[in-house]
Order: sequence, then structure tokens, then C-alpha cells
Amino acid sequence: MRPGATARLAGAGMGLDLPLILKEAGLTALVVFALALPLFGFRTVDSAGGLDVAYRFDWVAAAVAVAFVGRALLVAMRTLGGAQRARPGEGLLARAGRAFYRHTTWIGAAAVAFAVLLPLLPFADRYVIDIASYFLIYVMLGWGLNVVVGLAGLLDLGYVAFYAVGAYSYALASLHLGLSFWWSLPLAGALAAGFGILLGFPVLRLRGDYLAIVTLGFGEIIRIILVNWYSFTNGPNGISGIARPSFFGLAFSRSPGPGEVAFHEFFGLDYAPVHRIAFLYYLILGLALVTNLFTLRIRRLPVGRAWEALREDEIACRSLGLNPTNIKLSAFAIGAMFAGFAGSFFATRQGFISPESFTFIESALILSIVVLGGMGSQIGVVIAAFAIVVLPEWFREFQQYRMLVFGAAMVMIMVWRPRGLIAHRDPTVRLHAGGEAGR
Amino acid sequence: MMALPDAAGEALLEVEHLTMRFGGLVAVNELSFVARRREITAIIGPNGAGKTTVFNCLTGFYTPTVGRLALRHPRRTYFLERMDDFRIAQFAGVARTFQNIRLFPRMSVLENLIVAQHNTLMAASLFSVAGLFGLARYRHAERAAIERARYWLEKTGLTPFADDDAGSLPYGLQRRLEIVRAMCIEPVLLCLDEPAAGLNPRESAELNRLLLAIRAEHGIGVLLIEHDMSVVMGISDHIVVLDHGSLIADGTPDEVRSDPKVIRAYLGEEEDELPGDVAADFGRNHGEGQA
Ligand SMILES: Nc1ncnc2c1ncn2[C@@H]1O[C@H](COP(=O)(O)OP(=O)(O)OP(=O)(O)O)[C@@H](O)[C@H]1O
Ligand SMILES: [Mg+2]
Repeated sequence: MRPGATARLAGAGMGLDLPLILKEAGLTALVVFALALPLFGFRTVDSAGGLDVAYRFDWVAAAVAVAFVGRALLVAMRTLGGAQRARPGEGLLARAGRAFYRHTTWIGAAAVAFAVLLPLLPFADRYVIDIASYFLIYVMLGWGLNVVVGLAGLLDLGYVAFYAVGAYSYALASLHLGLSFWWSLPLAGALAAGFGILLGFPVLRLRGDYLAIVTLGFGEIIRIILVNWYSFTNGPNGISGIARPSFFGLAFSRSPGPGEVAFHEFFGLDYAPVHRIAFLYYLILGLALVTNLFTLRIRRLPVGRAWEALREDEIACRSLGLNPTNIKLSAFAIGAMFAGFAGSFFATRQGFISPESFTFIESALILSIVVLGGMGSQIGVVIAAFAIVVLPEWFREFQQYRMLVFGAAMVMIMVWRPRGLIAHRDPTVRLHAGGEAGR
Repeated sequence: MMALPDAAGEALLEVEHLTMRFGGLVAVNELSFVARRREITAIIGPNGAGKTTVFNCLTGFYTPTVGRLALRHPRRTYFLERMDDFRIAQFAGVARTFQNIRLFPRMSVLENLIVAQHNTLMAASLFSVAGLFGLARYRHAERAAIERARYWLEKTGLTPFADDDAGSLPYGLQRRLEIVRAMCIEPVLLCLDEPAAGLNPRESAELNRLLLAIRAEHGIGVLLIEHDMSVVMGISDHIVVLDHGSLIADGTPDEVRSDPKVIRAYLGEEEDELPGDVAADFGRNHGEGQA
């Protein structure tokens, strides 16, 4: 809303300002009309003679009416609620948030315990564990991107590129060099970090929107190279038959190859496919936890503080002798490294990768996890990843409306909690013990 | 940063023929002056005189069009006009504050002061690797950094706010925090851009005390841009006056105060005859400042 209108709303107090409401609602209805006319109003239908245009002006009218009434109600509610909001009482959400981060440590510990026990729980069938490991990939990616976006404040829209680099480096290393998963993992991390630095150099001077555009371009370049470098990456057909990870050399298969020992034979269990799925789950859980611990730790180290300082004010950083080049490159490299790890895991979990898994929408998804969760917040990322990755999976029946709900949820969060779900930030070091409760 | 010889008043910064042009605009023109150790050198002048531009040249944010900026350390001389901004802070030891405060608003007050000690901590933590594994070497360094921060917080009365977000401090405290944050890099030259702007008289008196203490106890040179004459006349040892980018006076507060060119520049009067009462007012204001 325009500042003038806000001021008048606040000033109006208890009374209903009818002309204002009508004006606001009318404007909104106008915008909706302009949008709905081409989107809803015309439709192509198959007919005997080819394509025909059908008109659905009733839809347009409905949309305009809904927008008008909705906006009018919203403005009216704000006008009436203005007086209440001015009172010192806080919103329920804010209070819940406060209680939440006072107990962050406990909640985090409980979440980890739950995650560790999950495969043993009665309801955890193959499907649940599989979704859980899919979810953890995004948690890990969110934590990795959080370093770049949340801590260092560098808006990166091409994060999926590093994920792709990790996935392809494992796939190719296992295919051509016969490297095992455990050997490829550091390789993939290092390669992705290298690409992170490579991307970092040209964008050193860029910030905000410009940086976002260039990183977006970088993500696309990597994907297009993967599609077109047929001799190396097998192009759009992707790479299949990627080696599965073994449990310290024990394979997860019913009938292991000659000279191999299978996991179930070694432990005297009956063969069950869920073993491999549970193992993959623990693998990504471990990787994600390493990412988390690493980030928590590095936040308290000079590098981490320098990242946050850079996010806050680059000029001030320079004036204090912090080399912005090193700080940015280290953020890009470390963020990319975690994406590389996650990419390797993705490749081994799927057994098949193709450039289609690394489109821009993945970057957008990971970025929205970070932004929704609250930039820089570790637990926020988990919650947001749950909301964005797992919930849609549960509500598969409503497939059609997923994006609609997703968009609406995004808008609501940005209206009510513009800094993300968990916007709270704890200082990395305190002078006075006791912290929050002390005051 | 290094042991300073006791000799007071020894030349610390020599600015020679500094010129900064922006296209056709000459923001600083052939400026030369010397700032000494253990002295507060004020740079004054009307709005747009080029004072901030001088700071930006000194701290590497601008590369001067012409000129030499020599910073004398006991064992070597740094030529600032050739150095990157962050290297000037890191190696030459020039710290600055900004006309519009530039803190790290969403970091705590203490963290602001710790970030300022980044390079020391970075070396102690072996580029953070030692810190990652929690080695003692880094823990000691961090404790020392916190102690240094505590020293400055206590000196400025900021201790109770140490764990608050820097952005949530009242304006006057933010100004003070920015100054002590600059001190945390252990500079040899401290450049303050209008530190008293927006302060009330009590806060500005506290600022005077802080600056005098820094000069006395830390033996560094201070460059001070200020419009508030009570601060300038009260604490500076030496004043450089700029107008339209050129030096128009250079001397002690007393010399500068009675300089007709300075009075004219400040009152924007082109003619020689000044209204008598205005000139007297100007002088009286300055006199009050020194008292
Ligand atoms: N980056 C720049 N590009 C173009 N012109 C600039 C730039 N920086 C400063 N100037 C110009 O140089 C002149 C001097 O500016 P400067 O900020 O140094 O003045 P100042 O003495 O600090 O003034 P104030 O007392 O208002 O802070 C002004 O005319 C200004 O517009
Ligand atoms: Mg200025």
C-alpha cells in the first residue's frame, strides 16, 4: 500500500473510511481485471475446424468480484484493527516464535533424535524413509545455500549448478575411473568448491539484483553444457547405472557379484530392499548433520563473522581491513562444496542423472527454502524444507493446486514475516552470560 | 600495531599536492598538509568543501588524480595513494568512521568490535582451520579479542549494551561504537568524519573526552572532520581549512579563528567588509567552544 494510504489508515482509528476502502478495492479489482482478462477470459478449444476461441467472461467477473470484496474486507479489517495493533501486546506468531527460539537447542536435539530413530519406527515404511531422505537432501542444500545467501548475503540464483557438478563428478568418476562413492565424495566437494570460486571471480563486484542475474546465468550455462557436451556427459540422455554406495565394502544386493559380500549375508539378515534405503537415509542424515555442525561452528569463527559483516556492510568491512574478495570467494566455495556433496548423494541415490534434474526451478526451490526459513536460521531451513518439499509430496492428490498453494503461502509469509519464519539471530559471542533471559 | 616512539608531534601523515577530480569537478585541489602523531588535526570547511573526499583518498576508497599520501611508520613509509582500501586499514593502520554511520546493524555490539579484529584472529586461527577444531591457540586469541573489546566498551559506557544489536542503539551510542570499532584495528591514524553530528551537547562533551583520551593514551594521530566548532576549537591541536577543495588556512585554533579568509568562507561573503556583529558572533562562538 502507498504510504499515504497507510498513514490515513492509522489515523482513521476506529471509524470506517468508506471512500478509502472503495478506492483501494476498486484499484485492486482493476489490476485483477487486467490480469484475468487474458488469463481467464480467452481459451482455445479443439473444434472440428481446428482451434477455436472460447470466452469465459463469467470467470473474469468472478475473479474481479472476489478481488474487490476481499480487498475491501482486508482494508476494513486493517482500519478497525489499527487501534488494537497499536497496543503494546504482541502477535501470537511473534510470541510463539520467541518461545520457539528460547528452546532451540532442545528442539534441535529432539529433531536429531527423531531423525536417527525414524527408520526404526513402526510407521516408517520404504516410502516414508525414501521421502525423508529426499527431504534431507533439500535440508542439506538449504543449509549449504544459507552460507552464501543467509550469512554472506550474496543472492545466488544458480546454486543448482554446484549440485549438478557434484552429481556429475560422482557419476563420471564412478563410470570412468571406477572410484567408489567414498572416494568420489571429497572429489565432488572439491570440484564444486572450485566451480564456486570460478563463479565467484567474475561476480566479485556485483551485489543484489546484478549478482542474482549473473548467478542465474551461470546455473543455466552449466546445465546447457551438460546437455550439449554429448561425448562427455551423454547429453540429455543422462548417465545411468551409477554405482550404489556400499556399507564399508558390503554391497546392498540380493546376489552380490563374485568376490563381494552382501550386507544381509554379513549380518545374517534376510535380504530386504529397505536396508539400502535406510542406509541411504542415514548417509544423507550424516552429510546433512555435518553441514549443519560445520556451519554452526564456522559462524563463530572469524570467517563466519566476516561473512555476516559483509552481508551487513561491505564498505565498513573494507574500512576495517577485511578483504572482501577472500570473504566472498570463501562463502561461494564452502556453499558450493556442500552442494557438491549433496549432488554426489543424489547421483548415488537415483542411480541415474540427467540435466533435467538441475533446472532453474531447483535453484528457486532451494532459495525459497532459505528465504522462507529465515535467512541464516538453521532450524528455519528445516521447517521450510518440510513445508516446501514434504507437504506437497503428501498432498499429491491435489497436484494441480500445489503451485497455487505454494504461491499463496509464499505471499503470506512475506507479508507476515518478511524476514522468514525464524528471523531471530543469536550473537555468536556474548559478553554477559545468561543471554536473553538475563534482561 | 607497533611500538610508537615517544617523540610527540613527529610527522605521521604527509599529504602533498592531493588533487581529486570527478570529471570536470575538482573536489580537492593541490592540497598539502601534515598531520602529526599525538595530535588531533581538524579538517574544517563549508559543505561540499571536499573534506570527505580527502578521507576517501586517504583510506583508498578513491584513487587520487594527483598527489602523494605518505604515512610514516617508525620503520617504513606507506604510500596510501597506491594501496587498496582494505590493505590501508590492515597494513598501514589507517582506520576511519563514516559521515553516515556504517555499523553492522544486525550484529551485536561486541561482534562489531570482534569483526574489527578479523585479521589478527584470522592469523591466530590459521585461516579458521585451527578454530574449526577448537585448538587452544585460537581460543586464546579470541579471548584476547574479547578483552580488547571489553576495554573499549568500558571506556565508552557501552558495556551494558554489549550483546544488543548494534542497529538498536541510540544514535549517539552508535557514533561512539563506530569510533571504538575503528580503534579495535589498532590504527596509527584515526580518521573521524563528523563524529559529533547529531549529538546533544552532553554527548558531544563525552566525545571530546574520548578523543582526548585516545590521543593521550594511545599515542596515535587523529584526523577530525567536524562542523561543531565547540568540538573543533576545544580539542584540536591543529586545524586545516578547506574551501572549494583548496586549502585556505592551516594553523592552530587561535590562528585559524582570526583568519579573515576563514571567516569569509564560512559566512559565504564575497565583499571585504563583513557586518561587524556577525564577525564578532563567529569569534565568540569559537571562544565558547574552547572554554
Ligand atoms: N564520487 C563522487 N563523484 C562525483 N562527485 C563527488 C563524489 N564525491 C564527492 N563529490 C563532490 O565533491 C565535492 C566535495 O564533496 P565532499 O563530500 O568531499 O564534501 P564535504 O566537505 O565532505 O561536505 P560535507 O560537509 O557536506 O560533508 C562535492 O561537490 C561533491 O558533490
Ligand atoms: Mg562530508
